[in-house]
Amino acid sequence: MAQHKVNYTQNGGLPAALTSIDKIVNWGRSNSIWALTYGLACCGIEMMASGASRYDFDRFGTIFRASPRQADVMIVAGTLTKKHAEFIKRLYDQMTEPRWVISMGSCANTGGMFNTYATVQGVDRIIPVDLYLPGCAPRPETLQYGVMLLQKKIRANYASKAQKAKRLM
Amino acid sequence: MRAYTPKDDVQAKPYYTDRFYKSPQVPKHAPESDEVFNADLESIKAKFEVLDAYIQVEQMVVYINAKDNYGVLELMRDELEYTQLSEMSAIDWLADRNGFEVFYQMLSMNKRKRIRIKMFIENGQAVNSVEKLFRSADWSEREMFDMFGIEANGHPFMKRILMPYDWQGNPLLKTYPLQGDEFAAWYEVDKIYGKEAREEIGPEIRDTARIDRYDSDRFSRLGHEVPKGTEITGDEPVNEQAYQEDGGVFLIKKFDKESSVIIDDPQR
Repeated sequence: MAQHKVNYTQNGGLPAALTSIDKIVNWGRSNSIWALTYGLACCGIEMMASGASRYDFDRFGTIFRASPRQADVMIVAGTLTKKHAEFIKRLYDQMTEPRWVISMGSCANTGGMFNTYATVQGVDRIIPVDLYLPGCAPRPETLQYGVMLLQKKIRANYASKAQKAKRLM
Repeated sequence: MRAYTPKDDVQAKPYYTDRFYKSPQVPKHAPESDEVFNADLESIKAKFEVLDAYIQVEQMVVYINAKDNYGVLELMRDELEYTQLSEMSAIDWLADRNGFEVFYQMLSMNKRKRIRIKMFIENGQAVNSVEKLFRSADWSEREMFDMFGIEANGHPFMKRILMPYDWQGNPLLKTYPLQGDEFAAWYEVDKIYGKEAREEIGPEIRDTARIDRYDSDRFSRLGHEVPKGTEITGDEPVNEQAYQEDGGVFLIKKFDKESSVIIDDPQR
């Protein structure tokens, strides 16, 4: 049997570390960003690839959830049609605070190549967006980097909404 | 991006008018040249009026009157072995002839032949539904209604299929602008936030390649980020791009580029 030896006499006798509320809350939040599965088009395939074993989102604490009530971040992966616009708003409203939105790929950012009557020209016409990922479709690395930037954004702000938000990074 | 020009008369007014130019036509053959088609045509002619018939690209095209469409298709399905309706839709001839051409593409697996039944209807005229004969006509007729506004009498569920139910306009009409009319441009804003939000959200930006270096509301220069709305002067401070904050994060080891090792030996 392994022998664990804890020296209770060092650090003033307690196995403790000091930090601030903001830091510990943001540490928790930023390392368990649960994402809403929102694959609307081919970007959804890249999002699935990011979640699968090679890129492995689980190590960031990012787990895909099928319910907006359990999700922290909505990754809009794909073309948003005007018919679907009301549903993205409804799902966004159902997410609990604090919540973030990643717009993934050209179609979600600006409408992309679908310069037509049926496509919403950027999801930011409907919901506020935190991160825009370029690409058609973005590589899983891009989405990974995006999630890391989002973690950084979460840590850079105050944990409480009552305090005014700081600028990202 | 090309400016939108009204296309009401685009069919009536060809942009290329060479007096001696003869546009190439796919050759048409008489139905008598194929005995299977000829027999089919004779049995249709025995019961219904046929306005025109020819063979083009090994398929027979038959023009009928619009009131006969159910009867002709029933005859073809039950007696002539054309058991599949592979496609149906309409063609917009509003500018030319103020109407639509509706076509039914029929396939016979036994005879290995295809026949296209065509008919002309006036603008605003409805067609008889063939949904009772072919289940595939169910969605096709709804799509025809959605895209052209042609109603099918006797259809069990005559509603739009692709566009939302509260949509206005028929997108496959030649007069419908590709980027949408006023209604389409504001559809999602009006529906979700109401008309009064139009001013705040603003019109759609249709130039997807637009980049404005001096617009700090919409764009952020990587490595030179400034707060939103700042006036860009050109001497923005450099922000070093790092995966993690300088002080490190509680309980997470900071990634140090200096001390990292690149493994270049594949046999390690």
